[in-house]
Amino acid sequence: MDLELTQKISSSDKKNSFFEKINNSYYKPEIYAVIGLILLSIALSIASPYFFTSRNMINLARQVSLNAIIATGMTFVILTGGIDLSVGSIVAFTGTLIAGFIVNSGMSPVLASILGLALGTSFGVFNGLVISNTKIPPIIVTLGTMSMARGAALLYTGGSPIAGLSAGFKFIGRGYLGAIPVPVWIMVLILAVASVVLNKTKFGRHVCALGDNEETVRLSGISVKAIKMKIYMITGFMSAIAGLILAARLGSGQPLAGEGWELDAIAATVVGGTDIMGGRGTIIGTLIGAFIIGIINNGLNLLNVSPYLQLVVKGAVIVGAVFVRSGVVKRK
Amino acid sequence: MDNILEMKNINKSFFGVRALKSVSLEIRRGEVHCLIGENGAGKSTLMKILSGAYQRDSGEIVFNGKPLDTSSTLQVQQEGISIIYQEFNLASVLSVAENIFMGREPLNKFGMIDKEKMYADTQEILDKLGVEVSPKALVNKLSVAEQQFVEIAKALSFGAKLIVMDEPSATLTPKELERLFAVIYDLKMKGVSIIYISHHLDELIEIGDRVTVLRDGENVATDDVDKIDKDQIIRWMVGRDLTNSYPPRTVTPGEKVLEVKKLSSEGVLKDINFSLYKGEILGVAGLVGAGRTELVRALYGADPKDTGEIYLNKQLINVDSPKDSIDHGIGLLPEDRKQQGVVLGQSIKNNITLAKIDKITKKILIDNGQERREVQQYIESLGVKTPSQEMLARNLSGGNQQKVVLAKWMFTNSNILIFDEPTRGIDVGAKYEIYELMNKLTEQGKSIIMISSELPEIIGMSDRVLVMHKGRISSVYDRTELSQEKIMKSAAGEVG
Repeated sequence: MDLELTQKISSSDKKNSFFEKINNSYYKPEIYAVIGLILLSIALSIASPYFFTSRNMINLARQVSLNAIIATGMTFVILTGGIDLSVGSIVAFTGTLIAGFIVNSGMSPVLASILGLALGTSFGVFNGLVISNTKIPPIIVTLGTMSMARGAALLYTGGSPIAGLSAGFKFIGRGYLGAIPVPVWIMVLILAVASVVLNKTKFGRHVCALGDNEETVRLSGISVKAIKMKIYMITGFMSAIAGLILAARLGSGQPLAGEGWELDAIAATVVGGTDIMGGRGTIIGTLIGAFIIGIINNGLNLLNVSPYLQLVVKGAVIVGAVFVRSGVVKRK
Repeated sequence: MDNILEMKNINKSFFGVRALKSVSLEIRRGEVHCLIGENGAGKSTLMKILSGAYQRDSGEIVFNGKPLDTSSTLQVQQEGISIIYQEFNLASVLSVAENIFMGREPLNKFGMIDKEKMYADTQEILDKLGVEVSPKALVNKLSVAEQQFVEIAKALSFGAKLIVMDEPSATLTPKELERLFAVIYDLKMKGVSIIYISHHLDELIEIGDRVTVLRDGENVATDDVDKIDKDQIIRWMVGRDLTNSYPPRTVTPGEKVLEVKKLSSEGVLKDINFSLYKGEILGVAGLVGAGRTELVRALYGADPKDTGEIYLNKQLINVDSPKDSIDHGIGLLPEDRKQQGVVLGQSIKNNITLAKIDKITKKILIDNGQERREVQQYIESLGVKTPSQEMLARNLSGGNQQKVVLAKWMFTNSNILIFDEPTRGIDVGAKYEIYELMNKLTEQGKSIIMISSELPEIIGMSDRVLVMHKGRISSVYDRTELSQEKIMKSAAGEVG
């Protein structure tokens, strides 16, 4: 290695060189998440004999699946340097619409689902249109959508849940294929596709480059607008799918479902090693991040820790995880 | 004469690679000492050790007769050493005075900031420097040169006895540079020592008293500027003779490939007409603000234009976006390489294929093997110095980043390459390599438009030169009739 290179790699004291090495290109950004997940699992296995049972693991995977699906969309958004706060509201909006279409309007579950997914996704399209065509920051636009979608769900339902969904429909949320719950299969499928899209397609490359340097991307002949449009649409669609699964799992459309889920999705993404400033991150990292968040909830439940304290622990883990990463990456 | 600073036998290694090998540097009181060397020679490492940003492995630093405590950058600053980096450390929405006194604002008896005193003290420092800037002016309203002066004023307010200036001239106009030199001269008279780092050897010779040359982390020479010349410095820097700064042009331009007619853009460009021939390097000269960058950006489709027709191989083409020009085989290597040329946080490989990923995509998936092979070819043919394609662009030197941007446009099969300041911030050895690449490209039948603010570069490399003045082309010169005087005059609007 020539001098110049070595010199630039090292941006600070010698003691940081190990972290700097990890943060350099050859090392995957999700490495901290993997280490964190392993440590957390070991700790909980020791603390609770029930933690590492197949039953608890399957349960855990099902709990995690919805957040993982939403966080996959969130990963694309954060990779471009954006954010989407509307995901939780879209979950509720989609779930109540589908439930309403089936129970109140007598639509077939398939048609109701397709229509519900399309309408849920339309909020993502709205986000994309506004963000790519105006200078309004994503956090403001999606904050607005968050409120609008929640309001729409409450308006549609009049504020009370819509129950009475059929057993066939509920299979999507409650059923098993083999030993694995259906939502977990859906999660695996979505994450596999997303991972391929991110790593192996033009779109994925453009997304990462965009988060790093919008101007270079534009001057490289790439439509920045189209990419932004697509990623908010994808996130809207992921949230709509989560809304569908949740309605099936609960057996009803709940207008207040999904509250605070945007924070869990953002947390899973950044704990999984995606740079909150954009440009670097992986889907597998986000999956691990979602599991870390899930394990904290699950493990603390097993240990009978107060849910109020759980919130405190979760918050601390999120900040700690990002600190470990950003504390050693010197951004210029 | 006594020394204000003595750095003796400084050693520093990163990951077991020695970046500095027993480097010594002595700075006298009241001298301008030029520190030069190619990128990677160890200049910035040495300065970071001095500033306290890095800790040395071994060696001794004596400042003002006492061992210097370099445990923190603040400590070093308080001892009287200030470093002005290329990227200024100024808060752009604050005033000049607020920047200078940031973190140590004078307080009144109520514990509030005493603005009157702060402005008065700032005014006093600025007066001493002979700089006409209001202490209340916001930094983002100042020119680059004025911001530089604010940095110097800040250094003086700390009672700096030694000021390190890293590439102070990189973005200054000749006039502003003159003012900077006047200020430096004044500081020198007041007994302040300056370490001046620059790639521009002419400047060093003009302003410097002594020069220290580093190469590969070692001292090569220290001498009085009076006793040596530019060629000697270059020999020291690169360790060999560079007989010519520019490789000879051998290509005879062929038929017309590009013609621009009546290109205008409100308030920026007025009625631009010119042609570009196959295998030609067309230089574009002019002062800062003459509209050179604006011209190529409009041509490239990066900025909108009001009127204008572009003919490629005698066919009228429509260029409304960068995508249009890329599809027509035009590539832009922007002046601001880090912000517009490369994506710093992405790998060399991803940078090179960014503009035409379709080329390595089978159906919808990227063929990683094919991508690696193609990228490897460019890395080798352009001589990008890197241990791996996966290296992030941010870790490359300026010259290697430029090669990556060039590779990006070769990957898209560009026939017309627009270089905006091709060698800005690139050291002497790497500059020559870029020139050789430009020659090689034209030998392969590609055509180049080259904007440059360095007249020797314009004269050394261009087959023809357009000179711009206030958004117009004021004259066009052939290689045979070129001279610095002519270009200067038309750039100033005195001809044409």
